[in-house]
Amino acid sequence: MYQIIQKKRLNESVTLMKIHAPYVARKARAGQFIIFRVDEMGERIPLTIADYDREEGSVTIIFQEVGYSTKLLGSREAGEFIADFVGPLGNASEFDGVKRAIVVGGGVGCAIAYPQAKALHAMGAQVVTVAGFRSKDIVILEEEMRAASSALHLATDDGSYGRKGFVTQILSELLEQDAGYDLVVAIGPVPMMQAVCDVTKPYGIHTVVSLNPIMIDGTGMCGGCRVTVGGKLKYACVDGPDFDGHQVDFAELSKRNRTYQPLERESAGHACRLFAAAGEEGHHA
Amino acid sequence: MPNLSNVKLPMPEQEPQVRNKNFDEVSLGYTREMAIEEAGRCLNCKNKPCVAGCPVNVRIPEFIAAVAKGDLEEAYRIITWTNALPAVCGRVCPQESQCESKCVRGIKGEPVAIGRLERFVADWHMAQEQQETERPAANGHRVAVVGSGPSGLACAGDLAKKGYEVTVFEAFHQVGGVLVYGIPQFRLPKEIVAREVENLKALGVTFLTNMVIGRTLSVDELLEEGYEAVFIGTGAGLPRFMGIPGEGLVGVYSANEFLTRVNLMKAYRPEYDTPLRQSRFAAIVGGGNVAMDAARCAKRLGAERVAIVYRRSEAEMPARLEEVHHAKEEGIEFLTLTNPTRILGGEDGCVTGIECQRMELGEPDESGRRSPVPVEGSEFVLDADTVIMSIGTSPNPLIRSTTEGLEVNRRGCIVVGEGMATSRPGVYAGGDAVTGAATVILAMGAGKEAAAAIDGYISGK
Repeated sequence: MYQIIQKKRLNESVTLMKIHAPYVARKARAGQFIIFRVDEMGERIPLTIADYDREEGSVTIIFQEVGYSTKLLGSREAGEFIADFVGPLGNASEFDGVKRAIVVGGGVGCAIAYPQAKALHAMGAQVVTVAGFRSKDIVILEEEMRAASSALHLATDDGSYGRKGFVTQILSELLEQDAGYDLVVAIGPVPMMQAVCDVTKPYGIHTVVSLNPIMIDGTGMCGGCRVTVGGKLKYACVDGPDFDGHQVDFAELSKRNRTYQPLERESAGHACRLFAAAGEEGHHA
Repeated sequence: MPNLSNVKLPMPEQEPQVRNKNFDEVSLGYTREMAIEEAGRCLNCKNKPCVAGCPVNVRIPEFIAAVAKGDLEEAYRIITWTNALPAVCGRVCPQESQCESKCVRGIKGEPVAIGRLERFVADWHMAQEQQETERPAANGHRVAVVGSGPSGLACAGDLAKKGYEVTVFEAFHQVGGVLVYGIPQFRLPKEIVAREVENLKALGVTFLTNMVIGRTLSVDELLEEGYEAVFIGTGAGLPRFMGIPGEGLVGVYSANEFLTRVNLMKAYRPEYDTPLRQSRFAAIVGGGNVAMDAARCAKRLGAERVAIVYRRSEAEMPARLEEVHHAKEEGIEFLTLTNPTRILGGEDGCVTGIECQRMELGEPDESGRRSPVPVEGSEFVLDADTVIMSIGTSPNPLIRSTTEGLEVNRRGCIVVGEGMATSRPGVYAGGDAVTGAATVILAMGAGKEAAAAIDGYISGK
């Protein structure tokens, strides 16, 4: 059993939890993920690690309550326990030699973009962060992202905060002014990551996306997380979760991520609105 | 006077049209009277060929003689002398190609039903009032076992009996490996696996779940933490796909994923949250035991039509005869000499069919089986909405990529020498991680061999 040592609502549907998991905390690095199970009847759900504290033995996860199991997790309070929490899984992000990077986060994907920005910043790279949200009331981690970046550009779809528009518009402008970046990291809904890759491709800038497909074991056994990258079959859990975004078959990924959505709608009923809003956030939920 | 019947005493089973709608065990097991009657067929012959046919050398004629006398506790004691998991082996071992294939009674009829008798003895023992297991005196040495499948359990059991302090590290949330995620409830009830695990706990074995060795801890860290030896029994690895168009469509599963959702995650029980799409027509590609398990699960989950699609003929199928027989009884279709060429999908990305090609048998290939050759222009479409790929696995990279100096072969399987020793001192390996996909009993045999070698290694230090 793993204790929830802190719980904080970041907005109406996004929650931060610190989980006591010393073995996971000891090894965790930016880009890796965990799999949790709330109780004995629960699903195994992958979530990317948002932060960790090796001394405290804690791992922070930030999740959007989009499906049955994330809602169930969100209903648990600090001090309570969840059944399972396994990790760190997947490969850590590789930033060797990166001097200048743009980190793009979309919605709750910022929870994962932030630790990447932080890791890059900590190794002395110049980091420009671009964060997009639907509207002002769901903005998360603004101060944290600002602290890890030399510049933070914030956009909302409805213009209620920061720039009105999408992260891709800001990214295009940044690259038009100065395309001298070694790396772009994009984390968020699948269509957003795909759009970012479309923007960076003409510049030939290496663009990394973090994928969170359907998964059971997270160790290479089930094959549920397979994605097509550069025409080849890859497993997000052992080959990823970071991949070269210019090589990823996003259309296939979006469809696969929706495998169980009709079933979830049946079981969750009232969650439909959230589903619609969350779109294809897949495992960054 | 031995029982001279030329056939095995049949074992009661659930009716096919009843059992293909439930997940209860198919075979119901012998009664005491039946077991004693069947035990009478054993000639107790001098050279005991059956024992040599058993990967863990169970003293078969001796335990059967005890059954014939009605001394079932003695029979259990004899079996467990060499086999830690008799209730499992009695159910899932391919006896027809092991012990029973060597039985003298098999020359002029059917062999003695060794598997059914082993199962009976183990089940009888479990049903008795359990005596407190005597915990062996600790010898002060610690051993780590990676993976809690058949090889790991066998290795842990043998070491614990010798007084080793054994810790088993399991990546999943539940102990048992392929016995819980792979083999379905109707072939191997999970309560039996749990019972065997409890027996090991009583011997002092510690089980730690949610520990992915190669991620959470490395093999080197286990050695640094004071484990004097490590046994790697991580099982088969990444599921293989065919490399044909459409394998990324929604409704295409690896057998591992499908079976894990059903068996470990209990998708067939409404109180569990595991989602699984309802199939109308499930096509299972492959002809092994895993394919049979997947097909029979799909049928039980309510698919109207379930078909095995296999590129060779039935004679070349690697599945056990009994599994093929059971599957056919339950209404599974067998489309042999048939090979998928692509999977078709709709606008929504879901499977709408599978295009196949007819095959004919050509010259024998490197496996000694006649190789299938496509018949030009024979393509046809099955209107399946679910495709389950059951064509084997390739080794998992997690341990080999994080353990320096661990030798693996060209296919990525861990290389072992005598006593299942790897290229790293103190590190042993066995089961599918070494052999590629094989059987429960071979994995157990490897686990036992490693346990003996680990004992020699540590006591010789």
